[in-house]
Formats: sequence, C-alpha cells, structure tokens
Amino acid sequence: MFASPESEKLMHAAISAVLTELSPLDLSRWQFGITTVYHFLFVPLTIGMVFLVAILQTAWYRTQNEKFLKLTKLFGKIFLINFAIGVVTGIVQEFQFGMNWSDYSRFVGDIFGAPLAMEGLLAFFFEATFIGLWIFGWDRLSKGLHLATIWMTALGVVLSAYFILAANSFMQNPVGFEINEAKNRAELVDIGAVLTNIVALNQFPHTITASFMFAGAVMVGISAYHLKRNQQVAAMGTSLKLGLWTVIVGGLGTVLSGDGLGLAMVQTQPMKMAAAEALYNTAAPASFSIFTWGTPDGKSELFSVRIPNLLSFLSTHTLDGKVEGLNDLQAQYVAAYGPGDYMPVIWITYWAFRWMIGLGMLSILIAAVGLVLTRKNNFALPKWAWNIAIWASPIPVLAISLGWLFTEMGRQPWLVFKLMKTSAGVSPGINGVDVLISLIAFTLVYAVLAVIEMRLLLAAAQAGIEEPKKTESADHLAVAY
Amino acid sequence: MQLNEIWFLIVGFLFIGYFVLDGFDFGVGMSLPFLGKDDTDRRVLINTIGPVWDLNETWVIVAGASLFAAFPEWYASLFSGFYLPLLLILLALIVRGVAFEYRGKGKTVGANEVVWKRNFDWMIVIGSAVPSLLWGVAFANIVQGVPLNEQHVYTGTIFTLLNPYGLLGGLVTLTLFWTHGLMFIALKTDGDIKDRASKLATKVGIVCTGLAAAFLTWTLISHWSVLGFILSAVAAVTLISGLIANYFKREGIAFSFIVVTIITAVGSLFSALFPNVFPSSTNPAFSLTIENASSSQYTLTVMTWVAIIMIPLVLLYQGWTYWVFRNRISRKSIPAGSH
Repeated sequence: MFASPESEKLMHAAISAVLTELSPLDLSRWQFGITTVYHFLFVPLTIGMVFLVAILQTAWYRTQNEKFLKLTKLFGKIFLINFAIGVVTGIVQEFQFGMNWSDYSRFVGDIFGAPLAMEGLLAFFFEATFIGLWIFGWDRLSKGLHLATIWMTALGVVLSAYFILAANSFMQNPVGFEINEAKNRAELVDIGAVLTNIVALNQFPHTITASFMFAGAVMVGISAYHLKRNQQVAAMGTSLKLGLWTVIVGGLGTVLSGDGLGLAMVQTQPMKMAAAEALYNTAAPASFSIFTWGTPDGKSELFSVRIPNLLSFLSTHTLDGKVEGLNDLQAQYVAAYGPGDYMPVIWITYWAFRWMIGLGMLSILIAAVGLVLTRKNNFALPKWAWNIAIWASPIPVLAISLGWLFTEMGRQPWLVFKLMKTSAGVSPGINGVDVLISLIAFTLVYAVLAVIEMRLLLAAAQAGIEEPKKTESADHLAVAY
Repeated sequence: MQLNEIWFLIVGFLFIGYFVLDGFDFGVGMSLPFLGKDDTDRRVLINTIGPVWDLNETWVIVAGASLFAAFPEWYASLFSGFYLPLLLILLALIVRGVAFEYRGKGKTVGANEVVWKRNFDWMIVIGSAVPSLLWGVAFANIVQGVPLNEQHVYTGTIFTLLNPYGLLGGLVTLTLFWTHGLMFIALKTDGDIKDRASKLATKVGIVCTGLAAAFLTWTLISHWSVLGFILSAVAAVTLISGLIANYFKREGIAFSFIVVTIITAVGSLFSALFPNVFPSSTNPAFSLTIENASSSQYTLTVMTWVAIIMIPLVLLYQGWTYWVFRNRISRKSIPAGSH
C-alpha cells in the first residue's frame, strides 16, 4: 500500500498526531450538544401532547362522542411514537454526566444528583408505569380509571420536567450550597433553595408553555393536512380548533414567562443578557436590535434596525433602566475570578435569542390568523392557507431548540456559573478516540432513528382517524405490538 | 446504621430490582430467534413484556441517578472508567427500545414488512444480549477491582475489563437472564410456545448453573464472608430448585425461584464489595469506599426521606400494573390481520 517503509512510518506518525490532537473536551461538548438538542426535539412534543390527549379523552368520557375517541387514539399514537425515542435518548443524558463530565459530577454531585434522583423516584417511575397502563389498559380498566392513567402520566411528565429544570437551573444560578474545601466540592445545604431557584421557577413555565405551543402546532398541522383534502372534517375541525387555541394560549404563556425569565437572567447572569443583545458597552436606556449587520469580527456594527428602550424594558421593566455591557462585565469578572475570557460566543447568543423570539411570535401570529379564518367553523380555505398551517408545525420546536442553545451557550465559559468552567468538568480519564467513537455512534444511530421516526409520524398523521379495522381478539387481551 | 450504609443498600436494591425486572425482558428478547417460529410466535413473545418493559428499564435510570446523588465519586469514576462498555449498553438499549415500538409499524410506511420486521427483531435480540453480557462484565470487575489512581480515575482500557473473572461474570448474567426470560415466557404464555420455552429453560439453566457455581465460588474464595456464603448458597439452591420446578411444569414457582436467585446472586456481589464501592487494583489506598465516595450527611438525609416515602409507593403501583396484566398470552390473543 505504501511506497516505502518511511512513508508508512510518516503516515502512522500523522495519524497518531491527529488522534492525540483530538480533544476529549471539544468532542464531549459536541456530543452533549448533539444528544441534548436531539433529545429535546421529542420531549416538548411529549409534554404538550400528553395534556392534549388527556383533554380529548376527557371530552370523550364526558360526551361519549365517538369523534373524541378517534382523536384520542390518533394523537395518542403520535404521542407514543415520540415517547419511546424520548425515553431511550433520555438514558444517554443521565449517563453522560458520569461518562464525559466526571469531574463536574464529582464537584456538584452532592447537589446535582439530588434532583435527578428525585426525578427518577417521584416522576419517571410514575410516568413509565402509567403510560404502560394507558397503552395496554383500554380493555382492562374501567373507563374512568383508564382516563385517570393518562392524567397521571401527564402529572408525572410535568414533575419530571420540574426536577430536571431545577438541576439545570443550578448550573445557571447556583444556590443552596457551600464549598467544602477539604473535599474540593460543592455541598448541598438547602434543598428548598435548589428547588425554588428563581431561574427554575421561571424556566419551568417557559418550558411547559413552549411545549404546549409545539404540541398545538403539530395538532394544527395534522388537522390541516386532512381539512385541505376535505376528509374527516368533523373530527379534524375540532382538533384544528383545539390546536390553534393551544398555540395561542401556550404562546401567550411563553411570552409572559419569557419576560419573567429575562428579568431573572439579568439578576443572575447579566453577561447572558448582554450577550443576547451583543451589547458591548453599558447603556441606559438600551435599545433592542431586530437585525444587525456588523464587521466580520462582530465587534462593531455597520447597520441595524432598532427598537428604542426595549432592552431596558426587557431587563428592568423600566424604559430607561441601565443594562450592563459585555466589556464592563468582562472587567468585573476578571477582577473577581482572575484573567480569562468570560464572554460567550456572541454571534450564537445574539442570533439564537432573536430567532427564538421571532419564530415564537410567527407561530402565534399564524395561529391567530388561523382562528380568524376558521371562525364559525369555516373550513373551506384555499390550499395555500392549509399548506402554511402544515409547514408551520415545526416552527415552535425550532424556537425551543434555539432557546436552549441560547441558554446553554450563553452560560459559557462556565459549566456551573461562577463556580466551575466547562473546561474543568470533563472526565480526566477518557481519551479523544473513545469520545470520537461515541460521538460518531450516537450521531449515526440518532440520524437513522430520526428518519424512521419521521416516516412513522408522517404515516400516522396522514392516516388520520381512519384506522384499519381490527378484529377483536377472542379473549380481549391487551396486545399492542 | 449510618446513612451511607443505608444508601449502599438502596443502590443495591435498585440495581437488583433492575436486573430482576429488565433481566426477563432481556431473556425474552434473546429468545426470539429460538422460540419465534413465525411472526405470530414472535408477537406473543414480545407482548408478554409489552406493558412492562419500559417501566422495567426505568429502574436503571433511577439506579443511576441514585448512585449519582448518594455516591457521586463512585458514579463519576465508574461511568467515566467504563466508558466504552456503557456506550455499548446505551446503544443496545436505544435500538431495543425503539425496535419494540417500531417493528409492527412497517406496513404504515409501505415498507417490505418481512424485511422490516426481521431487521427490528435482530435489533431486539442484539439489544437484549449485549446488556445482559456487559452488565455482568461490569459488576464482576467492580467487585474484583480495577486500576484507579489516587484521584480515583480509571487508568485501564476496555481490554482491562475483559479478564477471565469479568467475562465469566458476563456469561453468568447472560445465561441467568436468558433462563429468567424463558421461565417468564413459560409463565405468561400457553400451548406449544410455553412447552418449548420450558424445555429451552432447562438447557440454558443447566449451563447457567455450571457457570454461576464457578463464578460464585471464585467470588467467595477472593472475598470470603459468612453473608456472602449464605447468599451464594441460596442463589445456588434456588437456581436448581427453579429448574426442577420448571421441569415439573410449575411455572409460577420456577419463576419465583429464579427471582430469588438473581436477588441473592447480585446481593452476594454487593456483600463482597462492602464497604468498598469501587476498589482500586493499583493500590488499596486509592479505593472508593462508602465513606470517601458518599454525599454529605445533609444530602443523604434529604434523599433518605424521599426514598423512604417513594419506594413503597413505587412498588405498590408497579405491583398493581403487573396485577392488571397478569393474564397469559397465546396465539389466539394476537388479532389476525393487524400489525
């Protein structure tokens, strides 16, 4: 294969040079980013959809109208296809803290592990059990009890979200701890403070309401697909309305809770808010730019479209409040934590923040127009209107992903804000090759699963409520596979 | 009793619970190519664990999270040290989980159903066999000790773990979970498939008995304790009793015996480990113990309250689920013409 032993030697030297250059830190960050964003494509749909399914099933329980039963089964199917992949990709999340971030786990495990274990014991067992009862219990449980199982699942889902967000909030705004110098770790001293972290209290409603937006938009998209073809109109008209209202109500909730989250962020992580606007110098009042065209290094702007006073309002709820700039904060952090670069990657935070808000607003706007167009149950709309409704379904999940990118990238260079830098958290024992293998393996498996998952979701969505007739089993056993 | 001792027991309880519950799921998965003559058979097999595999798998998440909360040093050293084996377990659990959900849905996307199902069936088989083997390899190595440096960081490679004791431990869990799954099938099905499961359980069970006897003896020689001896003896007696009960078609008794086998066999490993949690083969002074690996008293106190309140409730509602789905499944239960 090689012309001479020398060139073979050179080749080997080059390969080993590349392999030793592979940084476990960078690769672990990419892996955590990819697997987390991927996991959270499915989670918000699960969170929102379980409530919509529970509402539909309650409507059926109350009215005995078959239409609601069919809708429950259809959106239940969408929920379940999604739930399976959410669960299996969730295990990866928990294992990764130990696998790739063992120094982080050693440092904060005393605190961070508690909400994760509470999530498992209080919430995750709960939802996994009741979802099994719901899927297989149609013929086994009384109607009332069966309805209760989906509401129990919903309860488990939100509890689960709360504990995970409380854990995440500790990384944004560490509270309720003391540093144990001897053990070189942070130790929990007040679990109440961790569970009522101001960031968690605001992050939680923001996450839940945004999840409702996504589930609502998916429901709208599926309904629109059938209404466009003028089929299953009675049922799909109902789910369209439910979906549109869910987007609107969820959207308003997202706006309000986002406002609260913004205020909490200014209090706890001012650098993140400055990075959201790419505000280099402290300003009072501060304006908010919708769009900026800057020099390639991003340090100075050439052109921008701005709303005066808006950033002041978002940060302080006053029109002329002072918003600290990146340069001032950088100087403060250097004074407090030593030399270093304390700014996140500004172009990411800047654009992610804008697109999150813009896409969220677009989604609400589309839903509002949809409600106006379909008032008095007028479903005879032009094809393009239905196409917009269909293609608008993924908009909220894009906004959600960008919101998380902003939240987590805006925390950099910190892993735990003010306590531990990301570079200090990576596992010391792992090598770049191992992480490269896992990064490639997860990415490939996740990509294949995404294709299969999308095909199944689309197939279920396109079939709608018309299910192939099933022959009832002789002894009414619960079989679902 | 100290709180860190209580948490050693709770972590042990959660992992034992995981192995008892997901153990038979793995066994059922591994049995597909051996008992599933046609698609209906395979659907009977999968539906025996249909309503419960997901909540059974949840046990590993809770066990892992409890390890993190109560023994962060153990969690950090173990999970970063066993990086590649855990990666394989994760990938296996992912493909197995989605395969259960997706195997019946090929028709909806217009795929060739035979090929589609065959692919997902293999994912179930591999996704069940790989964790069955690797959990045993991992736990045997935890008991035996691995190279840990002064900072408790693992300094070996994946090949360090593939030593005779570790591999023997892996073969024990592989055959034990398989036997467990076969007995579960015998308990949950009817007719021809039940008889075939029962017969295969005898064969696999005999192999398992030999492997387990060797493994538990080896463990006792290197980590002698009276408790370890009692637990190993109970494991051996119940395994053989389970096989005898299975031979005489007493499926319920046979399955219960194997449950006790898993509890006591894994229990004997935890007893061999105590008071270490992750011994260092480099230098005993570098070992992680229930003292230097545990969380603070405050965290352990909070978590103890959560565990004391929640674990009985969890057992209650999960027990109720098993009660709801207690009926046997047979070929008649699989509706013709559906997926």
